Parts: sequence; C-alpha cells; structure tokens
Amino acid sequence: MLKRILGCAAMMLALPAHALDGETIVHDPSTVILHAGRYYTYGTGNGLPALVSDDGWTWRRAGSLMSALPGGKAGPEVLARGGSNTWAPDVIHIGDKFFVYYSAPATQPRSAIGLLVGKTLDPQSPDYQWEDAGPVVWSDGVEDSNAIDPGVLSGPDGRLWLTYGSYFGYIRLVELDPKTGQRRFPRQPPVNIAINSEASILIYRDGWYYLLVTHGSCCQGANSTYNIRMGRSREVTGPYLDNMGIDMIEGGGKLFAASRGRHVGPGHFGLLEVGAGVEKFSLHYEADLDRGGVSVLDIRPLLWRDGWPIAGDNLVAGTYSIESARTGTVLELAVQGFPVGGFRARRPPAAGSGPPPEPVAGPPIANQEPSQVASNWAASTGVRLAPAMLQAQQKWVIAPVDNGGGYPGAPYFRITVAGTERSLTATAGGELTAASFSGAPEQLWRIDQLTDGTYRIVAKSVPGMSETLALSAVGSSMPTLSKFDPASDRQRWLLGAP
Amino acid sequence: MKRVVNTSVLTVFSLCLAGTCAAQGEPAAAPRPPAPSLVPLKGPTQRVDSRGFLHRWRVLEPVPVAGRLTEAAVKEALQLAALPGAEAGRAWHEIETAHYNVNLYHFAWSLSKPTSNVLFWVETTVESPREMHDVRLAIGSNAASRWWLNGEPIIALNDDRQSVIDDGVSRRLTLRKGRNVIRAAIINGGGATDFCARFLDDKDQPLTGLDVTLRAE
Repeated sequence: MLKRILGCAAMMLALPAHALDGETIVHDPSTVILHAGRYYTYGTGNGLPALVSDDGWTWRRAGSLMSALPGGKAGPEVLARGGSNTWAPDVIHIGDKFFVYYSAPATQPRSAIGLLVGKTLDPQSPDYQWEDAGPVVWSDGVEDSNAIDPGVLSGPDGRLWLTYGSYFGYIRLVELDPKTGQRRFPRQPPVNIAINSEASILIYRDGWYYLLVTHGSCCQGANSTYNIRMGRSREVTGPYLDNMGIDMIEGGGKLFAASRGRHVGPGHFGLLEVGAGVEKFSLHYEADLDRGGVSVLDIRPLLWRDGWPIAGDNLVAGTYSIESARTGTVLELAVQGFPVGGFRARRPPAAGSGPPPEPVAGPPIANQEPSQVASNWAASTGVRLAPAMLQAQQKWVIAPVDNGGGYPGAPYFRITVAGTERSLTATAGGELTAASFSGAPEQLWRIDQLTDGTYRIVAKSVPGMSETLALSAVGSSMPTLSKFDPASDRQRWLLGAP
Repeated sequence: MKRVVNTSVLTVFSLCLAGTCAAQGEPAAAPRPPAPSLVPLKGPTQRVDSRGFLHRWRVLEPVPVAGRLTEAAVKEALQLAALPGAEAGRAWHEIETAHYNVNLYHFAWSLSKPTSNVLFWVETTVESPREMHDVRLAIGSNAASRWWLNGEPIIALNDDRQSVIDDGVSRRLTLRKGRNVIRAAIINGGGATDFCARFLDDKDQPLTGLDVTLRAE
C-alpha cells in the first residue's frame, strides 16, 4: 500500500492544474457572475452560448442567452448599426436588473454593442426573460473604433462605465446610466483610453482604476499570442499608465497573464469577487493542451502586490509544507519527530584530550520517508504545529478528490501525510485530527489563494456544525478550525516545497 | 504534609533556603537576593491583566529530572516527579509575577535551587463569574510542559522550546462558574525557564474578566 501511495504522490507532482471541469469550451467569456447560487458565463457564438455551474468548478452548457429573445436574435436597431454576429458579451448586476452587453459585428470594424436587460439569469425562474434594449455604442466601419468586446464596471461611486474596442482603433470609454444601462451622455464623444488591444475591462481598488486589456492575436489555437496587460489611473478617464509610465493609448501595458504550462493565450479578464478577502478572475485560454487545444474557461486567484494585480495560479497537486503565516510553524502529525539523517553533533567527538575536529562534509542525506520513522508513530494521532524540520510527519500530499465537487476555479482536495493514509480531518466542535481517508466531507478541503499569495484552507463540512470554518493557527503549536477573518494572519497559510 | 511559603515576605525565601540546605546537608551559602520579577501578593484575589495573563501561582520547588524533552522523556519525568511524592522535602511558594510570564529561573535561583534538568509543578485557581463555553487555555513554556484544567489534561508540549505567548493552546473548553484549577508541570533541560498562561474567548481573543486566587478549595 505504501509503495502505491508513494507512486501516486510522485505522479501527482507531474499533474498540471486543470482549467475547470465539465463542459468548459468557451471563447471570449463574460465575467463569471454568481446569481442565486449558480455561476454563469456567456461567450462568443450563435445566440451567446451559456455555461452554468453549481459550484464554480464543474460546468455545463445551458443553451444560449438569446434563445429567450423574440426571434432568437438581436433586434433591428442593433442589426442596423452592426451585424448579426453575437460575440464576447459582458454581464453586470445593477439593482434588480442584469445588463448584458454583447458585440454585434458586421464586417469589422463596423459593429455595434447591444444591450439586453433581464431580472434573472436563471432560465428556470418565472421571471426569466430578456428585453432587447437596442444598441449602446457602435462603430461605422470608418472611424478609429471597432465596437466589440464590451467590459462593464460599477465604480466605487455607483457610476457605471463601459469600455469597448478592438485593434481597428481605440479602446473607448463611455458612462452608462445605471437605471437603463444605456449611455448617460449619448451626445458626448467617447474617451479614447488605449490602443493595440481588445477585451478591455476596468476594475477599481484603493483609489486606482485598472484597465485590463488583451494584447496579441486570438483564434489560432496554440498559435495564438493572446496575453493580458494592464495600466492604472487615478481617474476613470485615464491616462492609464503601465508600470514603466507608458500610456496605454501609446501601446503601454504591464503584463498580467501570459501563456504558461499547458494553457496558451489567456484573454478576456473578468473580476469575480468571492468575498471575505478572496478575489478571483475569469478568463479563457485560446488553447488548453490537455483538451486537444480547444478554447476553455478558467477561474484563477487574483493577487495584489505593490498596487498591481497579479494573476495567481490554482493549486497544483503535490507534496507541500503547510506553514502558518501567523506563527511560522508547520502542520504536522502529532508524533515524536526524528532528525533527518539521525542525531548528529555539530562537530565529531574529540579523540583523546585534543579539541574536537572541525566538521567535514559528508555524502548527501536522503529525504526522510515515513517508512524510516513511522514505526514509532501511534496508530491514532492528532495534528499540531511545530518548527519546520523537513521530517516525514511534516510533508503533506495535497491532491484533488475525484467527484468531491469544487468551488470557483478548483476541486476539493484531500490533505494527507505523504506516504500514509492519515488525512487532515475536521472533528465535531471544530477541532482537527488525522484519520484514514474515507472521502467524507470533513476530509475535503477548499484551498483558495488569497490576495497576498497565502492560502485559506476551509473544511467542506464540520460534523455537527453548519458554519464554514477555516484552518487556523490559534497558537504556535495548535491548529484548529475557526471562522475566517480576512484581517488576521491566523487563517493564512503558505504552501511550499517541504 | 505540604509546606507553603508566601513570598509576600520575601525574606521567607532566605529562611526556606537555609532550612532546605540544612536538610540536604549541603554547606550553607549566602542567601541570594529575591527573584527580581516576583512581587509580594496583594489581597486574596487578583484580576488577570489587560491581556488576560495570570500572574499569581503556587510553585513547588524544582524536582530534579533527566532534563530530556522528547515525549517519552517527558512522560518519564512526570512519573519520576509525580505528586504528591514530589512534595516530600519541597515547599510550595505562593508567587506573583510582575510580568506577563513567570520566570522559574529567577524563582529557583533565588532559592539556590537547581534550574537545569528540573521539573516545576505550578498551579493556580481561576474564578469565573459564569459558565463560559468555547474558551481555550493558551500557554507558553520553556521548555516542555503538561497542563490540566480541573484534572483534565489539555495541553502537551514537548522538546526544547522558548516561552512564546499562545504557543500551546487547548481545544475548546468550558470554564465552570466559580473555581477552576489549573495545574502544570514545566520541564527544563538547561538555561532559562519560564511560562505564561491566559485564557482565550470563543473568538480567540484574551479573556480578561477572570480573578485568580491560590485557594483551590
């Protein structure tokens, strides 16, 4: 059994992070949005195809948004300004309404951005219907604009903003009326804020507006050069400067996300605020090499550093040290540790009456495996925190659990002492133990990367409790479960190589 | 029979010192000054401080043990120094610390007692104004330690370690209304030795509305 588990652990180290599960094929997805317990996104395609998920991890296709419209297509005013294609929507919830902005291009750069207004995203709701609210902005095919790829922001003051555009001209900004979703000042010319990009969207944080756009080429599978770049401004109207002070209207843009691992061509950023200090973003990859190179949806952690957003990565299965950001001690099985390589004095013992000799380097000491030390481990033990010493009881295999469900961006994980079946388990009353893995919900863990790069580790279920509780360093030597406090380091953990 | 010394008269340390040394047949040494971090007791009870730390304790003079600190060695030390046998020839001292922690090195040194390879028994009584659920005892100890609340084992720390605030923390406990007895064994290998203790509330914040007395009954 031990060999089999070790083999599995070695294999897991090679596994990439999957870009979600289920039916995830989409191109140009709208910002993933949570509504009535489900996650929704809409993409480019006939009638704006919908993807829906109950947990943010496993997705399924759910028809198209425009099938709820009379005739199943954009209204005549949109068709008159643009064309009959339906591309790259964005969706926002304002008050009791959802506004869906979508691209309706003819032969580019002649295009329009249309608006659909509805009360719910849930097709099963009796209130489910969409009103065609006509075009919002358009490009006539001659001007320096290509009115596609809408992105919507509700700012800190409640003002609503739309950015749009593609390579034929500028990325443009207009203000919207939160009551109608239409332009607030239709006679004012749009503000040009960037060039050489598309898939623009604004986000706001701590007094800064951030303009995220996609550079590079799309739609060529693994040959796409899509990458997400950004600038920031104190004013929503710009100028949006990158980290080197270059204005995005002159082509600037600090890299946010590029191709990595098995995922080529990230594009179409959308902010997904999970709450309680957790931020994520939705995007698509032009090519997922693990799925034959198709374009797929993903959700990843959003980090912040030095006033700039950072694209985090979903956790990859592997063997980790789990270190408390509060105490610097690491999670371990509560057993007597044994020094790696055995007990050893700093210097060899003196021979005779002379001074002890200076230490001499020896051969490498192998990593400590449970098979070397576990014979002294009690059959049933709890867990605790201790100084990191690279010992076997301090190495944890974190691995996704098949059919265990998930949450935005990732599946539930098991957390098991490497080389054993002893798995982190929530117990009644909100404490912890290490028990043989059974797949019970109290052994499944949600692991979210927080905006500072540390991780929050939450039990899927705690016996006898309805509250959601996170792994918490209540003391330097004592882990427990408690309600997550974004203002505290208690529930922040560093996951690294042991 | 328990011998109890109240450090409210610090010279008692010296008397105890002299008596103990005579009993052990050791040459009489000059009395050492009182422990600088210990202060006279004032009044029958004392409120925990603003950070919840318990300042008033009964401490048994140190019991020599091997001073090794692995889990197995600590168990051996507890057997070797088990109460009430360890009380034979040793006095309990009622002490109060001026700091958040109790400096057992100061305590033992002032009594001319060993500070290394020893086990200290300490105990105190906390008066709770009401029954409190989901509280935790949070301690730091140099070095290994074992802690009991009302006779139930609640914290076990092994290995050489420094006294860190909220190092060992118990599971969620219930403080009963009235008196709750804390007892601990602190095992030191060599060098400094001390401990600190406080309760945390159900939000893991220091519990400050408690009084400490040294009367268990």
